[in-house]
Amino acid sequence: MATHAGGLTATAREADAAVRIEGLVRAFGTRTVLDGLDLTLRPGEFVAMLGRSGSGKSTLLRALAGLDHDAGGEGELSAPDHVSVVFQDARLLPWKRVLANVTLGLTGADAGERARTALDEVGLAGREDAWPVELSGGEQQRVSLARSLVREPELLLADEPFGALDALTRGRMHTLLARLYERHRPAVLLVTHDVDEAIALADRVVVLDGGRIAADLAVDLPAPRRHGTPEYAALRTRLLARLGVDGPDHD
Amino acid sequence: MSTDVTSERLSLVKTAPAAPASPAARRGRTRRRLGPGRPIPYGRALGPVLLLAIWSGGSATGLIDARNLSAPWTVVATAGDLIADGRLQTNVWTSAERAVSGLAYGVAAGLVLALIAGLSRLGEGVIDGPVQIKRGIPTLALIPLLILWFGIGESMKVITIALSAFVPVYIHTHNGLRTIDARYVELAETLRLSRPRFLLHIVLPGALPGFLLGMRFAVTAAWLALAVVEQVNATSGIGYMMGLARTYGQTDIIIVGLVVYGLLGLLSDGLVRLVERKVLSWRRTLAD
Repeated sequence: MATHAGGLTATAREADAAVRIEGLVRAFGTRTVLDGLDLTLRPGEFVAMLGRSGSGKSTLLRALAGLDHDAGGEGELSAPDHVSVVFQDARLLPWKRVLANVTLGLTGADAGERARTALDEVGLAGREDAWPVELSGGEQQRVSLARSLVREPELLLADEPFGALDALTRGRMHTLLARLYERHRPAVLLVTHDVDEAIALADRVVVLDGGRIAADLAVDLPAPRRHGTPEYAALRTRLLARLGVDGPDHD
Repeated sequence: MSTDVTSERLSLVKTAPAAPASPAARRGRTRRRLGPGRPIPYGRALGPVLLLAIWSGGSATGLIDARNLSAPWTVVATAGDLIADGRLQTNVWTSAERAVSGLAYGVAAGLVLALIAGLSRLGEGVIDGPVQIKRGIPTLALIPLLILWFGIGESMKVITIALSAFVPVYIHTHNGLRTIDARYVELAETLRLSRPRFLLHIVLPGALPGFLLGMRFAVTAAWLALAVVEQVNATSGIGYMMGLARTYGQTDIIIVGLVVYGLLGLLSDGLVRLVERKVLSWRRTLAD
């Protein structure tokens, strides 16, 4: 279990929750970013988190990933042992070829084989020996997905993973992520600013505001979730209203 | 292309009346080029060839006194004689040995100290200060002290060269280690890399470009130090050969020495660049 900063106790994982957060406070200097936040994720649950910039989305994600060494705070936070993070930038090491980027930190004789399988899953079989600079932005992000999933995480944290991609590539990545999620079933916390992305992918959408969860809505739309349906439009409008956007055309 | 844009803009403000129907007018559609134009084949050789021509012309007509500067053909003939009786090879070999061993000690010391200073706060506190102070003092100014300590023999020469080469390697490697992207450190934490693996996979490859840049400066510094220390009571080496030639007023031999220094410098720099291209091939793909 990772030791988290700020005197937090990381309790042992409980069987009924992949993530359990109670009364989490995070402050940088005098600015309180998270203010008594509560959130629970069931194992295998896909949760999308929306919020305006500065609402503390990334801070929460960093707390869960154990990356907030310098933040002060209190509260209970428990996360699984195997956590993978997908960053907004693919964050591949430029001096390592694609395969070596995926195997980075893996141990065991079958590491190479597992990495090849993961690359095949994201549709990059045959690109193992390419340098990261030779890949497009979408391909780089797919390598980063492969690197995260090859570790078979119980929790996948994704910080606006498709924010830097063009709309067409983003759509393809949504399909890919949905397929990978069906196959591996980690709990997912997807931070995004895109309401449609949240509705398309998640079982549950939470809205972060003022350092707390301001809304927590289940997405029980039948698949495939299409833009046109009245249920979709209603949910979208509710989420946008929670984000402080008046009309449905302002995202 | 920028030249096209420029000519397009110029055509908008051009007010000169067109001379009708003449070929010149039709050619006038393509405006006068303002950029430097197409590269000339072998254009870079122009300057050196011109200098050589002036030198040859001056020597042939007697405008250049052979006592000040020997004719090019005399220099070539002298180089031939020096090679034939083996003097040039022996001296070049001695000099190269000095430079290489000094460079090796200097690079090793710079690398080790940079790693210690770059990877631990205590190391940085202990090492970085003295190195920065040393950096302020030109190594060649230390020669009198080094002579008092180590005499005028071989060890003084090698130590001076090593001290010159060590500073750039230290500075650039240390800088490379200190400026590794924090995002990669975060990545390593989320992948739960052990400290040795973190050093091996992220820190060292990340600092490699800095180290190689330091190497290029170190090689140049080593040749400079070599040229200076060989003026100090050497009994062999290119510098000794040139010093002796000065005594006898043999400018041809001095020129041969200079050419050898130049060739050695270019050759070693090319060698480091070759290694750089091989080792940093992940970066070259971007430039290609």
